[in-house]
Amino acid sequence: MKISLQLHNFSRLSARGIEFWRGDRRVLADVSLELEASECLHVVGTNGAGKTTLLRIIAGLLSPERGQVAWGGYDTRSDTDGWRASFSYLGHSDGLKAELTAHENLAFETRLRRPVRDGEVDDALEGVGLKAARNLPAGFLSAGQRRRLAMARVMLAAAPLWMLDEPCTNLDAGGSMLVAGLIGRHLDAGGAAIIAAHQALEIPGHTPRRLELS
Amino acid sequence: MNWTWFHKLASPPHAYRIAAGLLPWFAWPAGALILFGLYGGLVLAPADYQQGDAFRIVYVHAPSAWLSMMVYATMAVAAGIGLVWRIKLAHAVAAASAPVGASFTFLALATGAIWGKPMWGTWWVWDARLTSELILLFLYAGIMALRASIDDRDRADRAAAVLALVGVVNLPIIHYSVYWWNTLHQPATLTKIGKPSMAADMLWPLLAMLLGFTLFYGAILLVRLRAEILRRERDAAWLTTGLAR
Amino acid sequence: MFGAACLAYRRDLLLAFRHWGQVAQPLVFFVIVATLFPLALGPQLAELREIAGGTLWVAALLASLLGVELLFRADHADGTLEQMLLSGQPLAILVLAKGLAHWTVCGLPLVLLAPLVAAGLGAPPAANCTLMLSLALGTGILSALGAIGSALTLGLRRGSLLLGLLVLPLAMPSLIFGARAIDLAIHGDNARGPLLLLSAMLVLSVTLAPPAVAAALRISAE
Repeated sequence: MKISLQLHNFSRLSARGIEFWRGDRRVLADVSLELEASECLHVVGTNGAGKTTLLRIIAGLLSPERGQVAWGGYDTRSDTDGWRASFSYLGHSDGLKAELTAHENLAFETRLRRPVRDGEVDDALEGVGLKAARNLPAGFLSAGQRRRLAMARVMLAAAPLWMLDEPCTNLDAGGSMLVAGLIGRHLDAGGAAIIAAHQALEIPGHTPRRLELS
Repeated sequence: MNWTWFHKLASPPHAYRIAAGLLPWFAWPAGALILFGLYGGLVLAPADYQQGDAFRIVYVHAPSAWLSMMVYATMAVAAGIGLVWRIKLAHAVAAASAPVGASFTFLALATGAIWGKPMWGTWWVWDARLTSELILLFLYAGIMALRASIDDRDRADRAAAVLALVGVVNLPIIHYSVYWWNTLHQPATLTKIGKPSMAADMLWPLLAMLLGFTLFYGAILLVRLRAEILRRERDAAWLTTGLAR
Repeated sequence: MFGAACLAYRRDLLLAFRHWGQVAQPLVFFVIVATLFPLALGPQLAELREIAGGTLWVAALLASLLGVELLFRADHADGTLEQMLLSGQPLAILVLAKGLAHWTVCGLPLVLLAPLVAAGLGAPPAANCTLMLSLALGTGILSALGAIGSALTLGLRRGSLLLGLLVLPLAMPSLIFGARAIDLAIHGDNARGPLLLLSAMLVLSVTLAPPAVAAALRISAE
């Protein structure tokens, strides 16, 4: 694949003592994690265990009751914009506009973060097997195709840390293998990934560490 | 500087206890001042030479109007503190104050209408002050409606706080616009509901009522704050182990 | 940062262009509401002329409320809003860009359509310049206030109803001056005072609304 992944230097990610309440219910209690370059963390747990909540806390979308997230030693709250530029997030929704074509979606989303040539965008599309869908509006794609398109978006952002919440939703075995391959290549290049998923993802050449939430 | 007293104050169990302790200091003087002011205003003060006995409603109308705005300002400050420093108690104060402020606003409107009847023969006129109070009531309604519509309490608190701050910036603009609008469209023959020129023996009951109402707000706020704390801390350890009294 | 803002502006414009049926609805609503008044009050142009300023402004206000839904609701639903929050660009700037795009698509056409509607209400053509200026400033203020309301009520059921409750009281000052400006112009007087005040309110809203909207969006996205 011809994408140049210009990674910023990966700094160590650490989260300590994360506690989160939703109303009267404690969702997360004293959760901690560490992540180095080329490592992959697999967050497991049943529905409602707080996997998505943890990812959103690390991403800065939610504020924990207690606890701290640090990137390269400094608190992520001290430079929120800088922190956000260091990771790429894939949530439950794909983050795609149905009226824009696959190419337009990728181009707009990526250019919000960094300049990118059209050629690079096309390469990314090819990398996820959506070259033929380049000029199709995203609304015309199947759910699995949209998930792969979202994965391409994550890839194109060229961020050192990937945070993926159920990346293989709606994907068949082939799609899941594709995603696993992309993650593997990202890890090889020195990046890191946190994946929240029900099932383990087999990543070629890497064994993910596990964080279990109850 | 040692800030522990502040953090202690902001912790719910302490606030709950302190509120109980402060309550009599607000409630009794409030009651006394209001009774005092009412007697002075309704019985002792001479009738106004222009408006006769009708002016006496100012003793309820003016303090209500003053308080409706003061409570909004308090609510906005509390909301701001809660938003910036993330102090949950501040949000509780704002939540407890909103219905009280709205009630004062409604009281100001009702007494204003009652005052207007002998003056102009109608129950409602688009007088500048009354219209301003009406818009203030809408602002209160918006904040309470927004808080009620959001299920997640933290999100509700913070959204209502943003709205309160936006409203507080708008308040001077609204006041000015409405006064301008009113003077523009008001026919020259109609005089607005003005405070009668106040002689000393008319003035002191008014001041007593003003202070009495303010202390009354303080008392009500303390009571509602305690209820608000109970509601929010339902499952907390300090309640269930019976530390609170 | 400036580039990201331009990008956000262009994307919203492109989306509106592809969905122009949806975008035309507030405009039609504007005309319908304006039509309600002659039907309710009688067809005499001389009488309608007296209330033309107020009618145009009330119709514009209600149409803007309808149109402001387009600002964040779709983005919130498909997840693009979340991505914008995470883009690393200052959110207030992106909000400003989106607001500008929204005005270009909803406010500007309304301003251009207004003289036609005004003619139907008996306004003389000489008033058109002031009329359009007043509504241009006004729809800008309404876009800003509407954005705040929209951001606060994101994802709530019956949020549209609540939106009106929140935004309309805040819009009352601009209604007072905007309608006054049009009325002055219709009677051939100089409307500079109210127009200047409207401009001041626009500057205030455009400056203070984006940070408030950004804060509200972060709260709503939790």
